[in-house]
Amino acid sequence: MKGRWFGVLMGAMAVAVIVAMPVLAQEVAVEEAVVEEAAAEVSENALAAFAIDNLFIFIGAVLVIFMQPGFAMVEAGFNSAKNTVNILFKNVMDLCIGVLLYYLIGYGLMYGDSVIGGFLGWGGVGIGEFTDAPAAGVLHPQVDFLFQVAFAATAATIVSGSVAGRMKFSSYLIYSAVITGLIYPISGFWKWGGGWLDAMGFYDFAGSILVHAVGGFAGLAGAIVLGPRIGRFSKDGKPRAMPGHNLPIAALGVFILWVGWYGFNPASQLAIVGADNTAAVMKIAVNTTLAAAAGGFVSMLLTWALHKKPELSMALNGILAGLVGITANCDSVTNVEAIIIGVVAGVLVVLGIKLLDKLRIDDPVGAWPVHGLCGVWGGLATGIFGGHPMVAQIVGTVVVPLWSFVAMIILFSVLKAFGMLRVSAAEEVRGLDIGEHGEEAYSGFQIFTTE
Amino acid sequence: MKLIIAYIQPERLNAVKQSLYGSEIYKMSVTNALGCGQQKGYHESYRGVDIEVNLLKKIRIEVAVNDEFVKPTIAAIIDGARTGKIGDGKIFVMSLDECIRIRTGETGKEAIG
Repeated sequence: MKGRWFGVLMGAMAVAVIVAMPVLAQEVAVEEAVVEEAAAEVSENALAAFAIDNLFIFIGAVLVIFMQPGFAMVEAGFNSAKNTVNILFKNVMDLCIGVLLYYLIGYGLMYGDSVIGGFLGWGGVGIGEFTDAPAAGVLHPQVDFLFQVAFAATAATIVSGSVAGRMKFSSYLIYSAVITGLIYPISGFWKWGGGWLDAMGFYDFAGSILVHAVGGFAGLAGAIVLGPRIGRFSKDGKPRAMPGHNLPIAALGVFILWVGWYGFNPASQLAIVGADNTAAVMKIAVNTTLAAAAGGFVSMLLTWALHKKPELSMALNGILAGLVGITANCDSVTNVEAIIIGVVAGVLVVLGIKLLDKLRIDDPVGAWPVHGLCGVWGGLATGIFGGHPMVAQIVGTVVVPLWSFVAMIILFSVLKAFGMLRVSAAEEVRGLDIGEHGEEAYSGFQIFTTE
Repeated sequence: MKLIIAYIQPERLNAVKQSLYGSEIYKMSVTNALGCGQQKGYHESYRGVDIEVNLLKKIRIEVAVNDEFVKPTIAAIIDGARTGKIGDGKIFVMSLDECIRIRTGETGKEAIG
């Protein structure tokens, strides 16, 4: 029986090849004609440079998309076991919804032509046609979209950490659509799309403000409107620890994010061909590394001094703080200045976490101290060390986070008014995995769900 | 000497601990338990297929007390654990033959102390 089927299969394949041959030959002829035509206008060097620069951005985009599992692991590890499916799900849907909405409207809003005096742009639905001649530094719109959508999804996914353990899944999906479809692209247009902040000289190389502070302050808005998790603060307002359930996973997430940042920062040079670009990319990569190391090291020292023991979860946050701080200015500062920026970020993140505890704001993974506070620091450091005009830096550093914060306060308050924002107290205590999804992350394991 | 074993809802543990502390009962053992009584299970699903979860997550509290503490302990557990809904749990009281503190070799009333 086997032999007979094999014979039939071979026969079918032979017929397919015979039928396809003329068609294939035709296609090859057409392609050759196109290439010859192009070659007449574009030199071999230009084609190679075009390919290298586009490949460089493609690899960068993949690295930034790889930051999504980094965020997912950090947030899952820093939260309790009973909410793991929920937090993973929110991270997964940030990317899925983000990609679709950024394709439909976000990309057009962010990189279109100015419609209302540098405050709002529109470039149509989807991705534009490739019309330029291939050359060094010319990006194909498709790869440009891939790179940009990865940034949009990063801004969105920051928030899931600060609203963890208590926000309804359905509401989160609405939030996720609004930030990637509207909030992030509109403020992105102000600078990267050539809007009013760009015109006044504001500088944000890879997005300390435009990506991280936008996400961090949106998260702060969520944490404030939602209120703290049950049991996070005692009746007299003292903070109570709600330890993360898996620090190996959180540490893995931070390492993944660190590696992903080599797409986030160096690839934001948008070209590597040419000695100037190559040198810039390599300096950016080293500055990024130095700031991350300094942030982690200083956070460790500070918690050691404050709490008598070095604390891993704070050092992990410190690494991310250094990375966020260097993102706006990694191309404009020296190696030594990168270390200083990381040191300050490492101190700020610890102080930020303590500040939120004082204010009784529950941000389970420290998304605001890392991305909001250190994003603002990155924006200011760009003026202090990077030599960019300080007034423009201050304006951008105040206005963009404020835009995100106010817009999200409104959105979360509307959701709250409709009773859609927060799960019931009983569901929160039992865990969102069972209540929202009916599916547990650690099936077969016994976990405590006592607070 | 009595051994009091209570099965309660996990989310009531904190309240039960608080009320036990309020009655000056500080010594207890707490373990995770799976069990079911009158309360029906809840549903989970995996890849679209329903799983009926019959055994629910519960918390088992064990407190060994001297006789004068039996009533306050029971009262404190009820005070912390009762919501009036099915699934609030049960308390078992049994007599305890002996108790020895390993460190000192004390027995009986002093060992529970």
